[in-house]
Amino acid sequence: MWAMIVKEFRQLERDRRTLAMLIVLPVLLLVIFGYAARFDVSNIPTVVVGPQAEQVAAHLGAPFRVVEVDPGAGRSVAESRLQDGKAVVGVVTGGSPLLVLMDGTQLFSVRAAQTALGHMAQVAGAGGAAPAAAQAVTVQILYNPNLSTSWIMIPGLTGLILVFIGTLVTSLGIVRERQSGTIEQLAVMPFRPWDVIFGKIVPYLLVASVDLVMIVVVGMLLFGVPFVGSVATFALGAVLFLMVTLGMGVLISTVSQNQGQAIQLAIMFLVPQVLLSGLIFPISSMAAGVRWIAYVLPLTYFVQISRGVMLKGTPIDALWEPLVLLAALAVVVLGLAVLRFRRDLAPSDRRRRGADSEPESLQP
Amino acid sequence: MTWGLEAASVRFGPRVALDQVTLTVRPSTVGVVVGGDGSGKSTCLRALVGLVRLSGGTARRPPKRAIGYVPATAGLYVDLTVEENLAFSGRAYGMTGPELASRSTELLEQIGLADARDRLGGHLSGGMQRKLAVGTALLHRPALLVLDEPTTGIDPVSRAELWRLISGAAAEGAAVVASTTYVDEARRASTLTLLEGGRSIATGSPSQVVAAVPGRLGIVRGGAQPPGLSWRWGRTWRVWAPSGVLPVGAEPQQPDLEDAVVIAALADGHGA
Repeated sequence: MWAMIVKEFRQLERDRRTLAMLIVLPVLLLVIFGYAARFDVSNIPTVVVGPQAEQVAAHLGAPFRVVEVDPGAGRSVAESRLQDGKAVVGVVTGGSPLLVLMDGTQLFSVRAAQTALGHMAQVAGAGGAAPAAAQAVTVQILYNPNLSTSWIMIPGLTGLILVFIGTLVTSLGIVRERQSGTIEQLAVMPFRPWDVIFGKIVPYLLVASVDLVMIVVVGMLLFGVPFVGSVATFALGAVLFLMVTLGMGVLISTVSQNQGQAIQLAIMFLVPQVLLSGLIFPISSMAAGVRWIAYVLPLTYFVQISRGVMLKGTPIDALWEPLVLLAALAVVVLGLAVLRFRRDLAPSDRRRRGADSEPESLQP
Repeated sequence: MTWGLEAASVRFGPRVALDQVTLTVRPSTVGVVVGGDGSGKSTCLRALVGLVRLSGGTARRPPKRAIGYVPATAGLYVDLTVEENLAFSGRAYGMTGPELASRSTELLEQIGLADARDRLGGHLSGGMQRKLAVGTALLHRPALLVLDEPTTGIDPVSRAELWRLISGAAAEGAAVVASTTYVDEARRASTLTLLEGGRSIATGSPSQVVAAVPGRLGIVRGGAQPPGLSWRWGRTWRVWAPSGVLPVGAEPQQPDLEDAVVIAALADGHGA
C-alpha cells in the first residue's frame, strides 16, 4: 500500500494544475459563493406613473429604487417597463385604490416588495394619517401570477443543462485528439485552425439544438410553463448561447494536456454558472466584488433572454443587450480557441507571428 | 524539386534535440533516417513536415496538401472504420466522390485491407494499423511522404509488405523518407542519414557509408574480449582500430552496413 501512496503523491505533484485546484479552489469557491448566495433584495427597480406619480415616488423609500417617474403615462407604460425588464415594480397612480404591478418572474424581489408594502401600510395605520403611498393598494402580479417556482426555473434550467452537456462534451474533443496522437495528423493536413474548431463545434451545435427544443417542450408539458414570446428571438439567443458554451468547451480542450485536466476546467466553468448566473440568486443582491463574475457568464444572459421571451414575451429590441453580449462572448471565446489552437496546428509558422516566447522555443 | 533540412537545429528548452542536421529527400527515392531511441529521428522528421519549429537552419517542404505523414503513433481514429479513416483523410485533402472512392478501393487492395474495410481502426492488429496509416498518407498522392518508424514492432511479413508499399510510392514519383531503428531496413535506402544524439554522424548511400568507414575492422574468433573498441558478433568479436593498427590475433574484415553504423557511433564517441 505504501508504494501505491507514494506513487499517487508523485503523480499528483507532477500535475501541478490538479494540485493547485485541490488546494486553492475550495477556499476560492467558498468565498465567492458566500458573497453571492443571498436571497435578500435591497434594491427593487420601480417605475411610477399616473397623475400623482411625483408624490407617490417621493414617499417610496428603500427597498424601492425609483428609476422612472412619468405623471403623463398610464398602466401600459408601466407594464412595458416590466416586460422589458427595466423595472420589477410598477406603481400606477390615479385610481383608487392604488395599482401596484409586479414582475412575477423576479420571485425574491416580489417577496421583498410585498413585505415592504405591508410594512408601510402598518406604519401608516399606526400614525393615523393616510399618506399617498400607504393608501389601500391592489397588487397585481404579472407573467407568473401564482409565483410558481418552476415557471421561473425551467427557462433558465434549460440553459444550465445545455452548459453541462455542451461544455463537458466539447472539452474532451481536442484533448482526445492530443492523447491519441491524431492531432499530429490534423496538424499536417491542410486545415486552418478555425476549420478544426468549427468542425468540432457544428455537430454538437446541431445535437444541442435538438436537445434544447426537447427540454423546452418537456418543460412546457410537464410544468405548464408558458411560451408567450417570439420563438425566433429565443432561437437566436439559444444559438449564440450554445456557441459560447460549446466554444468554451473547445477552448478548455485546447489548453488541457489530458482529459482529467479538461474535465476539471470544465467543472470550474460550470459550477459558478449554477450559483452566479441569476438562475437561483438575484444578481442585484450579490456583493459587488463577485457580481462582475455573473456578467462574464453566458448563462446570465441566456437566463435573461429565456425568462423574458418565454414568460413575459419581451420583444427583441428590449433584449439587445444580452444578445449583443452573448455574441461578444462567442467571438472572444472562439477567437481565443482558434489562437490557442494555432500553436498546436502550425508550430513551424510561429516565427513569422512573433511568438518566440513559447516555452519550447527558448533560444538566445 | 528536392525537399529536406539544411543545417536544421531544434531546441526544447535548454535541450538540443537536433543539431545542424542536413537531410535531402529526392523525388522517386527512399531516404532512411537511422538511429537509436532518442537519437532525434522523430524530431528530424517532425521538423521536416513542420510540426516543430526550427531554432536554426531551414526546412524545404512542399505545401501542406502535398505532404503525407505517418507519425510514430500511427495517428488513426480508433473509433472510425478503415474506410471512414481513409474517407476523412481524403476529404481533408479535398478529394471527393468517385475520385475518392476509386483511390480508396485501389489502396485498400494494395494494403491488403479490402476485406477489413468495415472494421474499426482500434480493432486492427498493430501491423494492419500501420498499413492503414501508410495507406492513409498515400491517399492524396503526396509529393513528399514522411514516415516515422513505420515498421517498429511489426512482424517480418508485414514489414516486407510495408516496404513494398513505401517503395511503390517512390516508384510513382514521391520523395520518401522513413525512420527506422533497424539497420537491415537502411539497406533499402537510396540515401541514409545516421543520427546520434541529435547530430548526423554519417550520410550517403549505403555503399558510400560503408566505404567511408574510418580505421580498420578486425574479427577475433573466440576467447576473451580483445583490447580496444570491440563488440560481440555471434561467437566472434569484432574489433575496430581507429588508427588502422589491429590488435594481435585479429584478422582484417570488410565492414558491412551494420558494422558501419556501429563504427560511426563509436567514432563519434571516440572523437568527442
